[in-house]
Amino acid sequence: MSHGAGGKATHKLIEGLLLPALDNPALAPLDDAATLPFGDSRIALTTDSYVVRPLVFPGGSIGELAVNGTVNDLAVSGATPLALSAALIVEEGLQTEILAHEIEAMARSAEKAGVSVATGDTKVVERGKGDGLYVITTGVGLADQELNLSSAAVRPGDKILCSGTLGDHGAAILIARGDLELEAEVLSDTRSLTPLTQALKDTAGAGLRFMRDPTRGGVGTVLNELARDSGYGVLLWEEKLPIRDVVHGACEILGIDPLYVANEGKLLAVIAPEIADAALEVLRNTEGGEDAQIIGEVREEPARMVVMHTQFGGTRMIDMLVGDPLPRIC
Amino acid sequence: MKYVDEFRNAELARAVSAEISGLVDPDRHYKIMEVCGGHTHTIYRHGIKDLLPDQVELIHGPGCPVCVLPMGRVDEGIAIAERPEVIFTCFGDMMRVPGSRVNLLEVKAEGADIRMVYSPLDALRIARENPDREVVFYAIGFETTAPSTALTLQRARKEGIENFSVFCNHVTIVPPVRALLDSPDLRLDAFIGPGHVSTVVGCRPYEFMPADYGKPCVVAGFEPLDLMQSILMLMRQLDEGRCEVENQYGRAVLWEGNLKALEAMAEVFELRPYFEWRGLGFIAQSALKLSADYADLDAELRYSTPGVRVADPKACQCGEVLKGVLKPPECKVFGTACTPERPLGALMVSSEGACAAYYNFGRKSFEKVEIGSR
Repeated sequence: MSHGAGGKATHKLIEGLLLPALDNPALAPLDDAATLPFGDSRIALTTDSYVVRPLVFPGGSIGELAVNGTVNDLAVSGATPLALSAALIVEEGLQTEILAHEIEAMARSAEKAGVSVATGDTKVVERGKGDGLYVITTGVGLADQELNLSSAAVRPGDKILCSGTLGDHGAAILIARGDLELEAEVLSDTRSLTPLTQALKDTAGAGLRFMRDPTRGGVGTVLNELARDSGYGVLLWEEKLPIRDVVHGACEILGIDPLYVANEGKLLAVIAPEIADAALEVLRNTEGGEDAQIIGEVREEPARMVVMHTQFGGTRMIDMLVGDPLPRIC
Repeated sequence: MKYVDEFRNAELARAVSAEISGLVDPDRHYKIMEVCGGHTHTIYRHGIKDLLPDQVELIHGPGCPVCVLPMGRVDEGIAIAERPEVIFTCFGDMMRVPGSRVNLLEVKAEGADIRMVYSPLDALRIARENPDREVVFYAIGFETTAPSTALTLQRARKEGIENFSVFCNHVTIVPPVRALLDSPDLRLDAFIGPGHVSTVVGCRPYEFMPADYGKPCVVAGFEPLDLMQSILMLMRQLDEGRCEVENQYGRAVLWEGNLKALEAMAEVFELRPYFEWRGLGFIAQSALKLSADYADLDAELRYSTPGVRVADPKACQCGEVLKGVLKPPECKVFGTACTPERPLGALMVSSEGACAAYYNFGRKSFEKVEIGSR
């Protein structure tokens, strides 16, 4: 199961099994979206399957996630999302109203994100063979040929921008599952990132080096991948991390680190230092980016590692997560 | 966040840090053991080592209940969890503790009904809601969690819930500390006492540390400033030549402890004659089992667990690390054969274990990295 949590085990699965078997130039960079030549332009292509329990949670539902998540994988690769396909795997016995609600949610989110759901498929599986509903979406977008977004473009001194508060989605899901008997107002942050990525492209141009949406595995995982792939170090300032009090509180109680908690509507961007403050300003003036912060920067040293300057005045390492984050006993 | 930020104030931290430095004898090396795994976690999470002078070294003690659990006990839990009639419940960080063959996460992925709970009362609720299933709670922890297990058993008895039982692995804090103090290769100057355990047992049980072994002890809270202040209190004792038990965690710990909790424990539990500790071996009277009155709710009896012993891996040097003889990275297998993904030894298992904390948060020394704020 830990192979699905986005941490070290997931990496091993992808790099040990999938990559060697399917190896090709479009897959090899293992980016959120692959790009393929198409006439004079380049097409961006991505796919994702959505397995969520519960199907509906405070602030969103699986239908919204399935649209926004795939749109966001296109957006953070710098592409303009064009259309989606959607495949639904429905478990026998799922109530019609629930299915209708999710289709409705998909339609609404697609409209908001400015994409169409152009094709689809449905399958029904026996009762007990699925968690009610799985959704698989594939997205096609037009890649931006001016941009060179990759970990190789990152330079020491570059700033790390985060578009808003961390951990809202993961905390909302944890609380909504109800195993914890915690009651708190936490809403998932699921949203399309296209307005934010567009704003950054317009402002920073070539100063925009790298973008990711820190979903499963959280900010800690994305920054570890960046450090590993770029060969540079990443330094974070704990006091700059935007975290809602209620999420912070829930994480303190559960013994979970918000840096590894999933987000569904947040953007991490690496920006050249001279343009970082302007980019921050633009993010803050764009819907969904009001709480944006510069949370850290790229350093020469310590190479391939993420460290954090703690609020308390010390430093600690932020390692790749191993498996799912588990609550501590005391 | 209220009640948290106050205890993480960087300005106060610098002031306490300066005061500690002022008390250090430059020619002396101080080794202070934090007994509790929760403290180890705080130390790494907030980077407390960066605020201490080089002469003050923190040694991470045996107080991580997950880490010290011997492999045989894990295997026995797994065997119960695999029974089709059983809903097996446990705390989250038990899930990844390696048995000799698999861990609970793997057994769960294979289809066993294993549920993570936050309190034994949740396990009892599951039993109430599933009268046709057998619900087993895998109890672990020091005196911190033992009272909640005791109260749950009392409630199960009162409500007449019969499809519930407890696999008891509760341990006590004083015997392993005494075992460490008796060890000939021990080199410690003072102890940071375990705050959570002390909310239950109070401060009195530690009086043997200054009295019999001449080691000062300060019971500490879990925020970073609590720890800094406790280290300062210990340094003052060492500087002034005092040697006593002091209570830094006054907002939660009474000198006499929590009498009601102790009473509940006394009713439900009795001491085992001996218990095996991972990395430390057998220690007399160091663990609890259900008393004769509660034998019918004892999973060990209900499932006649055989009491298998699985020896610790030979290469593992957890015992030396626990005694402060070796630092985590000085162990032969640290970071190579033994990592948080595939832990070999006890201390790599839970995020509170000394080696896991060191691996996750402090593997590299960052002193040379200039870390000024933006």
